[in-house]
This record gives sequence, structure tokens and C-alpha cells, in this order.
Amino acid sequence: MSDQHLLLLSVFMPFAGAFTLVVFRHWRNLREAVTLVTAAAVCLIVVTVFMRFNSGTLMAIDIAEPLPGLAIRFEVESLGMLFALVASLLWLVTSIYAIGYMRKHHEKNQTRFYAMFAIAIGSTLGIAFAGNLFTLFLWYELLTISTYPLVAHTGNKKARRGARTYLSILLGTSIGLLLFAILITYTVTGSLDFQEGGILAGKLDPAWAGLLYALFIFGIGKAAVMPFHRWLPAAMVAPTPVSALLHAVAVVKAGVFTILKVTIYIFGTDFITSSGASDWLVWFAGSTILLASMIAMVQDNLKLRLAYSTISQLSYIVLGALLATNMSLLGGALHVSMHAFAKITLFFAAGAILITADKSNISDMGGLGRAMPITFTAFLIGSLSIIGLPPFGGMWSKWYLGMGMVETGQWLLLTVLLVSSLLNIAYLLPVPVRGFFGKAKDGTEYAQIKEAPVNCLIAMMVTSVACVLLFFHPDPFYELAMNIAGKK
Amino acid sequence: MIDTIIGHYNYWIVILLMMAGFYTVINRGNLIKKIAGLNIFQTSVFLLYISIGYVNEGTTPIIAKGFTSYANPLPHVLILTAIVVGVSTTALGLALVVRIKRAYGTIEEDEIHDKDMSL
Amino acid sequence: MIEQNLSLLLVVIPLIAAPVTAMLPAGRSPWLFTLAITWICFALAIWQLTIVIDGSTISYELGGWAPPWGIEYHIDALNALVTLIVSGIAAITLPYALLTVERDIPLRETSLFYAVFLLCLVGLLGIAQTGDVFNLFVFLEISSLSSYVLIAMGKQRRALTAAYQYLIMGSIGATFLLIGIGLVYAETGTLNMQDLHQRLQPILDHRTVHTGFVFIVVGIALKLALFPLHLWLPNAYKYSPSAISVFLSATATKVAVYIMLRMVFTVFSTSILMITHTEFIFLTLGAFGVVVASTAAIFHYDLKRILAYSSIAQISYMVMGMGFASKLGITATVVHVFNHALMKGALFMAAGAIVYRLGSSKFENIYGIGRQMPWTFAAIFISGLSLIGIPGTAGFISKWYFMLAALEQQAWLFALVILLGSLLSVVYMWKIFEALFFHRPACSAPPVTEAPLSLLVPMWVLVLANIYFGINTELTVGVADTAVRLLGVTAYHE
Repeated sequence: MSDQHLLLLSVFMPFAGAFTLVVFRHWRNLREAVTLVTAAAVCLIVVTVFMRFNSGTLMAIDIAEPLPGLAIRFEVESLGMLFALVASLLWLVTSIYAIGYMRKHHEKNQTRFYAMFAIAIGSTLGIAFAGNLFTLFLWYELLTISTYPLVAHTGNKKARRGARTYLSILLGTSIGLLLFAILITYTVTGSLDFQEGGILAGKLDPAWAGLLYALFIFGIGKAAVMPFHRWLPAAMVAPTPVSALLHAVAVVKAGVFTILKVTIYIFGTDFITSSGASDWLVWFAGSTILLASMIAMVQDNLKLRLAYSTISQLSYIVLGALLATNMSLLGGALHVSMHAFAKITLFFAAGAILITADKSNISDMGGLGRAMPITFTAFLIGSLSIIGLPPFGGMWSKWYLGMGMVETGQWLLLTVLLVSSLLNIAYLLPVPVRGFFGKAKDGTEYAQIKEAPVNCLIAMMVTSVACVLLFFHPDPFYELAMNIAGKK
Repeated sequence: MIDTIIGHYNYWIVILLMMAGFYTVINRGNLIKKIAGLNIFQTSVFLLYISIGYVNEGTTPIIAKGFTSYANPLPHVLILTAIVVGVSTTALGLALVVRIKRAYGTIEEDEIHDKDMSL
Repeated sequence: MIEQNLSLLLVVIPLIAAPVTAMLPAGRSPWLFTLAITWICFALAIWQLTIVIDGSTISYELGGWAPPWGIEYHIDALNALVTLIVSGIAAITLPYALLTVERDIPLRETSLFYAVFLLCLVGLLGIAQTGDVFNLFVFLEISSLSSYVLIAMGKQRRALTAAYQYLIMGSIGATFLLIGIGLVYAETGTLNMQDLHQRLQPILDHRTVHTGFVFIVVGIALKLALFPLHLWLPNAYKYSPSAISVFLSATATKVAVYIMLRMVFTVFSTSILMITHTEFIFLTLGAFGVVVASTAAIFHYDLKRILAYSSIAQISYMVMGMGFASKLGITATVVHVFNHALMKGALFMAAGAIVYRLGSSKFENIYGIGRQMPWTFAAIFISGLSLIGIPGTAGFISKWYFMLAALEQQAWLFALVILLGSLLSVVYMWKIFEALFFHRPACSAPPVTEAPLSLLVPMWVLVLANIYFGINTELTVGVADTAVRLLGVTAYHE
């Protein structure tokens, strides 16, 4: 199949899958089979794209030109390839998990769930393979809209309120700030193409670069830089598979991915450093890292704790982009993949605990680890990867981020990095520790509670093994990230 | 100066009628009176057009022996059209008033408003 | 032979058809006849557009009398686009009207209803075709009078008062327009638009010309529902029969925008805006309209009323585009004239479908209806997204051009107003989505099924058009570009 058609297929196959599974909505097993087959097919297609990309083929296609000079364009480059691989692999894993979760929990409206999930992943791949800022914005907005019904899934008052917060912050920032920034970029440069070295250098007065960059950083609300972070904890009302794939991987990574793309291909790293555009923005990212970690420590609800942890981890990547050095970009890009695998493991575990033991608060989980050893071990592995200890993949991204800070002499930020790693320990490790060694609050022994459903267990084991595997074999993510960092 | 004021008396009448009609439309609560005001307002415009069409020393625009200067016939034609439009509007407005009376029992604006609000 | 008389046929065919329709026996035949007529007009409109799309113009002399003495129909790309929109909306409303009119209008009045509908079509098409200002006034009054009648045929008695209020305000507006035309005629002696343009150029600084201009602008503003002259619109759209809400919301005010464009830019030329500071007034009133109307929409609990206020906000955008008075600004206005017709047409069709099933559009009666009428809800959802301006829909294209026009002139305040309008529309559209889909159904609501096919198909044609024209803008932006060029508007200079 031609390169271009393969590229298109990777983005539009999830939509075809969504349509097909709606057709089969009355036959449950067939419907779940459609989801799994589509996810596996997308995985295969993305891997094939990767292999062709690696062999040096340029893969790009324009499918329409709504505005003169602005086409809907798909193009494969290293960062997008990395994101697409992570998203498609984890969709397959999450689908397996979701089937177990949704059935055990007797969730309603499952067809709507799987269909919107597929559309959200399709939009994510659209973002990953976007060839210009216009196309990226288009899929970015579609991602917000397609995930709204997933957040509001249960339909009760709490879910609706959470979904309202979710939507108002994400659409508010994207229309009020991001669209504004895109329009200004277009007015100044006459184009929205992604180019190495950026398109703004020489066209924009460096004095304004900081302001425009800030519009982008805060406008890309999906990256959850404070103060536009509240949508993420609000979205935790969604069923856990949503929180796992979308709000640990797809949506949030789409945010930081966009920031990385804008930094490298719209501004250009040289322009950022020479204009000092990010000088004061690094403090927002740094404070987000610290503040979010501290808020995470006081959260008793496990999903909320993980949400604030995600906010903190996202700002690592934002910081990597803002510092705009080889090392920091390498660390940031790598963290996209490392954090994805680690965080999804944590959310998988949280969901498993919810549906098996019906517990969502950490203070209730004492001793639960003895009844659910696999779940809590997976949680332990995920935590250690996030903290950044060997032999887990998360160590590499933290390492390179730290090196980036050393390179630029940002000692204060390095301290922030180290302090937040300590805070990571403080808010993540108590969970498995309490689980294995603690006592239940009301003194019950968890004799009746068995482990999580098989699907969930398989998913958790796959991702936790991946966390370890990525330490020893971080390529292909490492190589892709190196490409990005090397392009300065 | 006085010459200008007195010489343009038709325009002053136009303005007077226009304001009187407009004021009636806005101020009167009775629906029929509003239509009457609208009519007066439209009539003033007719006067404006005819005034514009007057040619000095011109006579009525019908070809007759011995006359060389005629008033401009075009505004007269335009006004005929506008009168027809005005008559249709009045007819339609009054038909609406009849239906409103049948539906509400009153043609006073504030009473109609009260009846709508009380539902 | 048809091709030479295209523009006249577009007016004459519905004109002759109207009394014929009135004489047809009540039942399906008036509907069928009107359907055929509207589709013929639509075909003619498409034909006409293909002729002028490359920038050429058609000049048709009525009765063989040469302009400027005779009335001339002067067609360029802008005329053809407006004609296309009006006839297209009419053509798509007729299949929709079959069932809703049966519900809304008593049987013995249907022939008269369709006859008046055709008269309204005559008026609107005539406005789009003519090149003579007084002829424009006459057609404007024809369309206005017919629309008063059509609105008054709504089921509730408030339709009568809504029509009456519209009559009073509309007639005042038309009379102002007449005064303006009279003053301009007094100064130039001609009523032909092209001729007026030539003759007004050297005398643009005369006070009479300014006065005439102002009367014309205010008169049209009343028809446009420009803030603060918009008070007639919410009631008129809410209480009119469903098919008429669709038709009027998608055409009447757009045609008024066209009249404004024609008068300001062709008859008077762009510099009049600067001389009389009207561009500033357009921008300010437009900005107020966007904010006030969008905010008002948020506080209502009736679907049709929210859509009506939303229309006022969208029209204010178009007026702002005129205020920018640059190539980008007018392109944005023209593109939005087309796109808004698609959006609002689809939304009012969906609202009409809900009224057809439930008899009311008040939220308290229609909570949760989206679950029982999924296709209708999906139509509202997608058209709503287009209204908000999500990329991939037609609404985004318009928003993009409006923003570019603002940024080109570094009018930061107005750029922010446009963005604010988008955000406010997110609020009221999402209020609608939540109420229709996620809210608990009202206790008293009877179980209903999806809307019948004859309502769904036209609805979805418009919805899909929203998406199509959001991705393929060759027609809309292309025609807008040609139209702007012919209007003589240049790019913004410092």
C-alpha cells in the first residue's frame, strides 16, 4: 500500500472502527471484538509507518485546503511518530483492560463509550501526524469534543459538573488563547507550516516572542500548566479506562506534544533561546511541578492523587520544551513515552481496585495488597518508574531533563526537579506500602476479595513489564527523541 | 434668512408630519393609533418626494400646448408606488389588529403585554 | 432564450405562481406546486451563478428600456450568491414544510400560506437581482409584508403581536430607506445603482448625501436586526410556524446584509464610511450586538429563543466585517452570509422537528429529548459546533476571516470581542446540548420517536453542507473574493 494511503488509514481507521461497532451494538461480544481488531490493526499500521519512516521515506499527504494556503496535511516526523506509537500501542492494551472493567462494573451506554473512545484515539493520531499547525488545531478541538461524552459518561450531576469544568477550561483556553496565538502567527508569517528552525524567526519582533509563546503555553490547556489545570482532576469522574488512556496518555500528551511541536517547529529552539521568550514561563512550569506534587500529597482519593501527579509530570515535559536545549528536549520527548507507560499502569491499578474492592480512597486500602498482589506490584513498578529510579524507564527521561538543566546552569530548576522526585516518593510509595504492610481501617481481612478481572491483570502486567523493558531497551523511543533533539 | 425659512415651508411641514407620525407610533399604546401614526409618517415622505420633484415655473407633467417646462414626473410615479405600499401595510396592520382583538379581547398594548405575562 | 432572461425569470416565475397557488384546492397540491417552483428557481440560480462566477456581470434591461432611464437588473457574483442562498434555502425548506405546515396551519389556509410564501420568495429574489434602488425598496416591502403575514400564521396568539411589532418596526425601517433614497435622488437625479455610483463620487462630501446615507443605513439596520434595533427578532422567530422560522432565519436578514453591502459599497463607495465615521459605528454596534445578544441567549430556557438571540449575534459579526471595510472584512461577511444560512437553517429545522413531536420548544417540556431523537440531536450538535466555530465546520472559516480582518488592522479590542462571542456561544450551545441529552426527561413528557424522514433529510442535507463547506471552501471563499473585488473594496492600507 502506498505510503500516503497508509498514513491516512492510520488516522481514519479508528473512525471506521467506531462506525462499525455502533452497527454491531446489540451483539456485545462482536462489538468488543471490533474494538480489539481495530486497535490491533491501528497498532500494526502505525508500526508499519514507523518502519517505513525509519528507512527514510518521507510520508506526507494533503487531503483538502479549506483556507487558501492552509491545507489539512498529514506528515510523519520523529516526535509525531513517537506519540503515535505510544498512543496506538496503549490503545490496544487499554481496550483489553476496558472490556474487563466495563463488564465487571456493569457500566451503561457501553457502545457510546467504545465509539467515542475510538474517535478520541483517531483524533489523537490526527494530532500526532499533523503536518501543520492548522491541522493540529483541528484534531485538537475534535479531541476535546470527542472526550466530553466520555467524561460525562455516567450522566449524574457530579459527572455533568466535572464535564462542564473540563469543557469550559479546555475550550476556553483553546478558543480564547490558542486560536488567538495561531491567528497572530499566521498574520505575522503568512503560514502555519511546521519547519525546522521555526517560521517566526526574523518575522516577529523578539520583544513580543515571550507574549506569543505564553499565549501558546497557556492556550494549550491540555498540558495543564497552572492555573489552567483544574480540568484534569475534574475529569476523574470518568470511568477509569478513560482516565488511564486519555488523561494519562492521549489528551495530556497531546497537550505537551503540541507545546513541543510549537517550540521546535514554529518558534525554533534558536529563536526561543535568543529572544528569551521562555525566561519567565519556566517559573510557571516549575511552580506547577512543585505545587501539583504538594497538592497530590494531601489527596486521599487515589485517582485525584494520580491526576495531580500527572499535572506535575506534564510540566517536566513543558520545562524540557521551554529550556530548548538538546538534552532537555531529549528528556522531554522521552518522558512522553516513559510517563505514559508508567502512569497508565498506575491508573489501571486504581481502576482495578475500584471495581474489585470498591475502594477509591487510599486510607481504605490498608492491607489490600495482600489480597490483590499483582495489582499492587504493578502499582509499585509504575511508581518507581515515575520516581525515576533504575531499573525503570522513567529514569532515562529524568536523567536527560536534569542534564538539560545542568547544561543551561538552571540550578534552581534542578533543585525543583530533585525536590519533586522526593515528593513523588512521598505521595506514590505509601500506596503499595500500605497495601502490602498496612492494616485495614475497619480491621477486616480481605478473604473474599480476589484479584482483578483477567483482562485488567493482563493489561497491567504488559505495561509494567514495558516500564522495565524500556530501561534496558529505550529505543525506538530513544532514537526518535534523539532525532528531535538533534534538530536544533 | 427669512426667505429660506418661508421659501422651504413644504420641508418644514414634512419634518412636522414625520415627527408627529413617529411620535404617535412610539407613544400611543393603542394598536390602531400606532398604524395611524405610521400612515402620517409615510405621508410626510410622500410630501418630501413631491417637493423634490418640483421644477421652477414647471407645470403638471402632462404634455400640453404652450408649455415647455414640466415638473419631474418620476417622483410622482415613485410616490404612487409608495402609496400603494403604504396602503397595503395599513390594510395588513389593521387585519392583524382585528385578529389580535379576537384573540386577546383588547387592542391596548399594555393590556396585551399583561395578558401575555400572566400566563 | 432562457439564459438571456434568467434574472427576470427568477422573479416572474414565483410571481405568477403565487396567485395560481392561491387558487389550488387545499391539501397536498399547493405544496407540490410550490415545491416545483422553488426547485426551478434553485436550478435557475445555479445556472446564473455559473455564468457570473468568473467575475463577469449580466445586465438585463426590463422592457427593453435602457438604463438609467429603465430599470436594470445588474447581476454580479454577489447577487448570484445571495440568489443561490435564498432559492436554495427555499428549495430545502419545502420538503421540510410538508409535515410541519400540516401541523401548524389550518387546512383551508394552506393554499394561501404557500401563495404568500411564494410572494416572499419573489421579494427576496427581486432584491437580489435588481440594480435599481427604488425597485429594491419595492421588493423589500413585498418580502417584508409577506413575512409579516407568514409570521402571523403561527399557532399561538403571540404570533399576532410578534408580527404586528415586526410590521411597525419594519415599516419604519423601510420608510427611512425611502427617505434616504429620496435625498440621494434629489442630489443625483438617478435611481440606477451603477449610475448613482458615478454621480455620487464627486459629491460625497455634501451634507444631503450624508443625510441620505444615514437614513439608508438606519433603515436597513432595522431590517437587519442590528443592535439596538433588534427587538422584533426574538419574538418573530419564536412564534412563527416552524418552516417559516427556518426560511426567514436563513434568508431575510442575510438579504438585508446584502442590501447594506450593495448600498454602502456599490452605490456610495467605501470612502463614505470613513467620511461619516460609519465604520466605527458598525464596529461598535456590532461588538455590542455580539456580546449582548450572546449573553441574553445564555439566560433563556427556550430553544427557539436562544437560537433567535444567537442569530442577532451572528448578524452583528457580519456588520463588524463591514465595519472593517477591508478585503478580509467583507470577504468574512460574505462567507458568513452563506455559512450562517446553513447553520441556522439546520438548527431551526431541528428545533422545528422537536416542536413537531412535542409541541413546544421550552426546555421544561423537552429535557432529555435528545436520547429519544438521536438524529435530530446529532444535527443540533454538529450545527452547534459549526456555530461555535470548531475547525472542520463552515463556521470556523467565517470566524477565521473575521479574526484575520481584525488582526490585520491591529484592532485588538474587536478581535477579543469576536473570540468572546465564540466563547459565549459555547456556553449557550452547551446549555442546549446538556438540556437535550444529559438532563433527566420531564415527568410530563410523552414517549416520542425520532422525527419523520421528510424532516430529517432536509435537516441533514444542511448539516452535511456545514461540514462540506468547512472543508471545501472553493465555492464560498471563491465567490466572496470575486464579489469583493467587484465591490471595489481593497485590502487594508495603513
